[in-house]
Amino acid sequence: MIEKISKKRKAYIVVMKTLMYISAAVTCALVVFLISYVLAKGIPNISWKLVSTKPSYLSGDIGILPDILNTLYIILATLLVVLPLGVGAAVYLTEYAKNKKVVGAIEYAAETLSGIPSIIYGLVGMLFFCQLLNMKTSLLAGAMTLVIMNLPTVMRTAQESLKTVPGSYREGAFGLGAGKWRVIRTVVLPECVDGVVTGCILSVGRILGESAALLFTAGFAHALNGVWEGLTSSGATLTVALYVYAKEQGEFEVAFAIAAILMILTLIINLLADFAGWYFKRRKINEYHYSK
Amino acid sequence: MKNEAKVIENAVHGVFLILGLITVGAVLLISIYLIISGIPAIKEIGLLDFIFGKKWTPTQAEAKFGILPFILTSIYGTAGAVLIGMPVGFLTAVYLAKIAPPKVKRIVSSAVSLLAGIPSVVYGLVGMLVLVPAIRNIFNVADGASLLAAIIVLSVMVLPSIIKVSLTSLEAVPKEYEEGALALGSTPIETYFKVSVPAAKSGIATAIVLGVGRAIGEAMAVIMVSGNVANMPHIFGSVRFLTTAVSSEMSYVTTGSLHQQALFSIALVLFLFIMLINATLNFFLKKGKER
Repeated sequence: MIEKISKKRKAYIVVMKTLMYISAAVTCALVVFLISYVLAKGIPNISWKLVSTKPSYLSGDIGILPDILNTLYIILATLLVVLPLGVGAAVYLTEYAKNKKVVGAIEYAAETLSGIPSIIYGLVGMLFFCQLLNMKTSLLAGAMTLVIMNLPTVMRTAQESLKTVPGSYREGAFGLGAGKWRVIRTVVLPECVDGVVTGCILSVGRILGESAALLFTAGFAHALNGVWEGLTSSGATLTVALYVYAKEQGEFEVAFAIAAILMILTLIINLLADFAGWYFKRRKINEYHYSK
Repeated sequence: MKNEAKVIENAVHGVFLILGLITVGAVLLISIYLIISGIPAIKEIGLLDFIFGKKWTPTQAEAKFGILPFILTSIYGTAGAVLIGMPVGFLTAVYLAKIAPPKVKRIVSSAVSLLAGIPSVVYGLVGMLVLVPAIRNIFNVADGASLLAAIIVLSVMVLPSIIKVSLTSLEAVPKEYEEGALALGSTPIETYFKVSVPAAKSGIATAIVLGVGRAIGEAMAVIMVSGNVANMPHIFGSVRFLTTAVSSEMSYVTTGSLHQQALFSIALVLFLFIMLINATLNFFLKKGKER
């Protein structure tokens, strides 16, 4: 059959096929190169001393423990605020909202938020949280900025999973005489755990990789602090520290060590997201079979 | 008792309404803040001088605030990144959607999401130490930190969004279209490119617009590889983007000075670009839904 087609068509097929294979190969090669290059350059520079100390001007040593802790604090603070806000917004959209215009406005706003570049979040965060609300340059101000950035993600994943809660669950609970709030609290919310977990994982990934929004809101300090003290004072997260060490101080060994750590964390988060997706899908299928 | 329950229900409803409206509030807050803080400098400098001025020398005695170099650099950089990233991403998506065996598809898809998850500073770091010296050696220029380096880094960074969105829309093409074309005697490859791709074109347009949005808003990776001098764009020249113009000077500028206000105005211009891109995106999304 293939012999019968004209030369022109044959050439077209061969060219397109080759281009496709080349493109897919380029994409894969890029991923493999980036991962192996960063890990090969970074892992030899990771030492216990690096990850367990703070930078000292006296000895000229660099330690990234403060940056690791800052990253941890900022992730915790952001999630603590963004989860209730995002899930609440999703509950409103799926359970309460009847006015199509309001729903449209909220969804349009969420879409707009996810398109705004992080540098603009950084600027507005600086004006609003640091200056107007007087939080100064602090991890807390950075976390609040990240809350707004991650709100659409959490809202959307929670909304997706709320949509899959069967209407019959709600009807059953209503039929037993439960009020709306009780239905939401006891029937609907427990069913959307998967959305919340997925939203969490995605947000952690985004917070971990964020730098432009944190430069002017959370600052660059490398001081070793406890949680509360840390949140109220300026501090660099791992990404910001990488930027400062590479661009301003030329400490490429430290920068690569941080890059390798970030790369490993990114890998773990991706695996976690895949696993969560697989796990919750399987659970949903099982539930479906039992309910039959 | 009944009244009390009603009060609680209403209160809860109110709380959820407020939570729902936070996103709207955030968008309003961002827009209003940018407009309020961006307008004064534009007023003082003059809109035309600001947008079309070719010189940016805010710290000199005779300060000039022209952001044409930044605007053009951002446009060229984004266009270049999408021009390189688009064909590669699009062809990869066709391969994944139509040809790749399931196992390969799964592995490549997770590789692509990994690419999306890598922090931009890591791209910047690798670009700084691999790409910049490579450009210097290959093209024999004094400094490799240039528009070209930024374009290449950005083209890698827009790949994941282009691949993912194109892939989704290619997979949504009804099987009957392809079966029809195959039955009429076209080969599989012809079917994919002449039937499936046109059928998925609004999704692919969405992918391009998303890529544009991501490229124009990127700051940290670009600042590390583009040299960061306020020149008019040149492929081997050291350049500054709208995003990097804001981030590189914001930390040392005097609060309340015209210089700082001008930086806010740059952010406002960037924001307007993004809004334009969002509107285009919505147009394509709506078109896709209508089909």
